[in-house]
Amino acid sequence: MVAVRQREHRQHFPRPGWVEHDPMEIWANTQRTAAQVLADVPATGEVMALGIANQRETTVVWDRDTGRPVTRALVWQDTRTDELVTALAARPDAALVAERSGMAIAGYFSGPRLRWILDHVPRARERAEAGQLLFGTMETWLIWNLTGGPDGGVHVTDVTNASRTLLMDVRSCRWDPDLLAFFDVPAAMLPEIRPSVGVLGTATALSPALPITGALGDQQAALFGQTCFAPGEAKCTYGTGSFLLQNTGTELVRTRSGSISTVAYQLAGEPVHYALEGSVAVAGALVQWLRDGLGLISSAAEVETLARTVGDNGGCYVVPAFSGLLAPHWRGEARGLVAGLTSYVTKGHLARAALEATGWQTRDVVQAMAADSGLSLPALRVDGGMTTNNLLMQFVADALDTPVVRPMVGETVSLGAAYAAGLAVGLWSDVEALRRNWHRAAQWTPSPARAQALDAEYPTWERAVRLSIAWGAP
Amino acid sequence: MAYGRAVPGSVQSIERAAAILQVVAGSGGTLGVTDIAEAVGLAKTTAHSLLRTLLQVGFVAQDPATGRYSLGSALLRLGSALDANELRARASNWADALAARSGHAVRLATLSGDEVVVVHHVFRPDDSAQLLEVGTALPPGCALGKVLRAHSHPHTGSRSGTRSAATGTELAEVRARGWAADRAEHQPGVGGIAAPVRGAGGLVVAALGISGAQSALFDVRGVPRPLVLSMVTDAAHAVSRELGSPGA
Repeated sequence: MVAVRQREHRQHFPRPGWVEHDPMEIWANTQRTAAQVLADVPATGEVMALGIANQRETTVVWDRDTGRPVTRALVWQDTRTDELVTALAARPDAALVAERSGMAIAGYFSGPRLRWILDHVPRARERAEAGQLLFGTMETWLIWNLTGGPDGGVHVTDVTNASRTLLMDVRSCRWDPDLLAFFDVPAAMLPEIRPSVGVLGTATALSPALPITGALGDQQAALFGQTCFAPGEAKCTYGTGSFLLQNTGTELVRTRSGSISTVAYQLAGEPVHYALEGSVAVAGALVQWLRDGLGLISSAAEVETLARTVGDNGGCYVVPAFSGLLAPHWRGEARGLVAGLTSYVTKGHLARAALEATGWQTRDVVQAMAADSGLSLPALRVDGGMTTNNLLMQFVADALDTPVVRPMVGETVSLGAAYAAGLAVGLWSDVEALRRNWHRAAQWTPSPARAQALDAEYPTWERAVRLSIAWGAP
Repeated sequence: MAYGRAVPGSVQSIERAAAILQVVAGSGGTLGVTDIAEAVGLAKTTAHSLLRTLLQVGFVAQDPATGRYSLGSALLRLGSALDANELRARASNWADALAARSGHAVRLATLSGDEVVVVHHVFRPDDSAQLLEVGTALPPGCALGKVLRAHSHPHTGSRSGTRSAATGTELAEVRARGWAADRAEHQPGVGGIAAPVRGAGGLVVAALGISGAQSALFDVRGVPRPLVLSMVTDAAHAVSRELGSPGA
């Protein structure tokens, strides 16, 4: 790593459940940090290509002539489309969505958000149908601006981001006319779908000849950065939520058990690689809640210290269904609970149960994926802030009965974008060359005795999950 | 109450700083420099320079948007030892970078009583089989142990009472030059280099070091290879900065 520049942008919460970003602010920050990084690199000529990784499912609609968004971006955590999604899911033809897109209808994806904008922003639909408005996820917005904006900007999306809209046929990787009709979205506003690795345009806004040659959704970028290129290889990123992706190769795996079929990446001129994904909404966010909501700890890392004051969970289970449960349950109505309270339970048990919840949820998605893909998991590659928590990482290894390994470079999302961009311009000859860059920084090996004990305990966790679903839907 | 004049025998600037901290603590983060100066009866420039020093040592924090002051994290952590898991979380990126650059295994250690305990461990980046050593004790004479013992407070380490003169000299040297070496003193052919990590108050809270083949770390005379040594001291410095050490 030669240079790092980062800049936070504002989160807007105009109403409960609404989460928005200002696309102009993100574009301004991107220009500024990119210019700083280019200045940090001793010889700017050594910067061969630009890669982009972005938060997926965040939805932007803007005017192609002015370059102004018609409203702030609707962020992936935004839940304003819940009612719309319930209505859409009740339609007799709703099965089409899962069949074509690979994903069941949920407010998590960008298609319903786009529909919401078309329905609620004045004149948006008529202007979109006239070809005046453009739609994109965040990488589309940035690429359009980087390549000139209103002055000849390229309107493209990478296939991994497109796969998160519910509008794309996951097999052909093209916009699907039936899905567009289902969501009532005009084709004129959609970007062209491109491979993740290949020339997307020239970032003239930064430098006259800097090519943009890689774009991936953040979780796919992490999979790429962790060099999970073979079927069966998987990574889990432990951040606010946890996102487990397993490469399933070039054949699409149909899910029945609650994981998502998604596009992993595509190299220009090559077939698409697919992945199964298990998205868990709350992982580190539960530790933040222990810190900010309960005041049990003063920093996130101290949760391990607190959890180690006791030897086990004392019979206590925490299901952090703060805003429902994502994979593999997909129960938006579920609500969080603490089960098994007795006067024996201390804050140490609570801390341990909170960490175990993240481990159990990893097991939930791994089991669902194994049922869908039939692929075994040789080892789980992990990244993200929670990987410094040794108690959690050992618990994950024991709960999965699988080795858990952490790579030397923790910034796997940025690394994946850089790998994609570099691969396209020949900086690396092929993905095998990238593999040789991956080095193990730590490994947690399952203990057979603990694995057996946790296997016996797992049904208790499943019972707690059922209770949290029942609590939300009496 | 005005603090413009010092009580005889007291140090004026400390007295003023204490008054400022009391005002900041009572305000809940709502006061800027003008209000604070007024509250303690100081000229604005005097209050400003005191606040700047308090900011540097982490005893106050300043909201970048409003310029208002609140109590700093270093002050809040006073009286409680730095949490080992917190230390690992804050050091992790730098420890990874040190392992990747040097090609050697990295360990971060603290003193627990007399024991040198591994708080964080990054494998040697060659993908060979290695075991995670977090929580295990290392020999006190390893490079990490020398750094920690060189900076341990006499009242907290009973070992200090039994130090030989030679050991005392070596530890004094470690203190003076800012790093320690283990020239295959514990394991044949394997050496180590370590440097101190300082916390928000400037005290040494941990040692960060690498271990590897004696010949890779030292020349034939036992002098650390300059590039390797600077990698270790730079990384320890970076972690100290991350922890808010004033000098780093």
